[in-house]
Amino acid sequence: MQLVVDEKINRTANKTNLKLALTLATSALLGSTPAGAAPIPSDTSTEESWSFDSAFLYYSEADRVSAAEAIFNAKRTYSDDSILNLKLTVDALTGASANGAVAQPHVQTFTRPSGKGDYEIKAGNSPLDDTFHDTRVQVNAQWTQAIAINYTGSFGAHISKEYDYLSLGINSNIAYDFNKKNSTISFGLSHFQDTFTPEGGLPKPFTSMPLAYHDGDKSLHDASRQGSDDDKTTTDFMVGFTQVINRRMVTQFNYSYSNVDGYLTDPFKILSLVNTNGISQDYLYESRPDKRTKQSVFAQTKYHFDETILDVSYRYMWDDWEIDSHTVDTRFYIPLENGSYLEPHFRFYQQTAAEFYQPFLVQGEALPEFASADYRIGEMTAYTLGLKYGMKLSDGNDLSFRLEYYRQDPESAGHNAPGVLADMELYESIDAIIAQVSYSF
Amino acid sequence: MNNKIKYSLVFVTITLASGCSNLGVEPWERDLLAKEQMALTSSPIDSALDDHIYFSKEASSGGKSFGGGGCGCN
Repeated sequence: MQLVVDEKINRTANKTNLKLALTLATSALLGSTPAGAAPIPSDTSTEESWSFDSAFLYYSEADRVSAAEAIFNAKRTYSDDSILNLKLTVDALTGASANGAVAQPHVQTFTRPSGKGDYEIKAGNSPLDDTFHDTRVQVNAQWTQAIAINYTGSFGAHISKEYDYLSLGINSNIAYDFNKKNSTISFGLSHFQDTFTPEGGLPKPFTSMPLAYHDGDKSLHDASRQGSDDDKTTTDFMVGFTQVINRRMVTQFNYSYSNVDGYLTDPFKILSLVNTNGISQDYLYESRPDKRTKQSVFAQTKYHFDETILDVSYRYMWDDWEIDSHTVDTRFYIPLENGSYLEPHFRFYQQTAAEFYQPFLVQGEALPEFASADYRIGEMTAYTLGLKYGMKLSDGNDLSFRLEYYRQDPESAGHNAPGVLADMELYESIDAIIAQVSYSF
Repeated sequence: MNNKIKYSLVFVTITLASGCSNLGVEPWERDLLAKEQMALTSSPIDSALDDHIYFSKEASSGGKSFGGGGCGCN
């Protein structure tokens, strides 16, 4: 019995020490002194305090991509209610991704993006490129403070680095509270500057995929390229309105405008060029416009019943690529005993195809200005079903588990499938599992 | 027809705007709203992870927060 109690004390002490160590480490990094530099137990924290959130997520598609992502978030609240938020995200991606070509009744050979090797796809199978490996590190910093009575300002910076991709971003936001803080209006701006340096360089749009070079002569590969890197900028503007309806209900409305400029093509995606019998004659690199303007309206309501809380949101997005989408996201918070809870989650998503989306090109027909067979900009319905279970630990910290099922059903946007393509699966569904563990202290 | 829609929109906006001043609660009635589960984004970490997944698998992003670039996953 004594042993159990001792163990419990030890464990609590260890956790307190962990929080203390992290507080000291974070302060050292920032060059600041934590409130009371002498060891203080976390539960005697004053108004100035650090809180930490961490999560590990595993995402896995049947036979396709798997990703593992870890997030560590440190938040410091100052005595004047200013907030410093620092977030580190690390993720690793591996597995196979659709290359855009259509399935065929015979074996197909594709050149890898590097140009150095090739891979074979069995008859009847959707062509997947299994060379995807990437590791990403992202750091976000956000500072939020009152700038005048009823005005809150926020400013943030973002950096994300992958082997072949660099993204730099800044954002700012201002919010004004009125009507006894029952109403809030906010304006936000963000700007991202991305540089893409894909493996094997940038293919020329609509160029034939060259045969792989195994040793030496890469002149065919080089002739199909138009450089090694390109840029993309994303500028977002958002205006939001939040309204408390009554003691149990709060709502939010947002309008967003996003302008994306630069290299928007996916250098790893191709289109099959088929004859009138549906047999592939060639594979051409895809081509997308270098501009995209997206707009969206978003509405969310949270309602507190006697015990449970319902969270419902809806987003309508439209863009000048002629993609429209509807997203409904619902969560239902059910408290259980001792601070634990269950939270079922349902999400529904539907999008129309981009005007230049087509599952393949047909020989003899004039080449369009733009074309992509990427199913992610094709017609699609998707849904997510999930359940989260959270609990309060004896030391007051939070531990939660989330398990979700995500399914995508790409659909035909009215393209006829000639010859052998009538018997091929052109719009293959994708099933994925999302598992997450979160710990806050 | 277009004018009808325009007038209805103006009417709805004015009604909503004038209605909002009657909406809301007194500071001492915020017991439920003050709960962390009632925050509009009650779990920022879950939202960040979800945004990353759906940004890389679907053609839409943002809406609730900025949906900008950030990774080469799309």
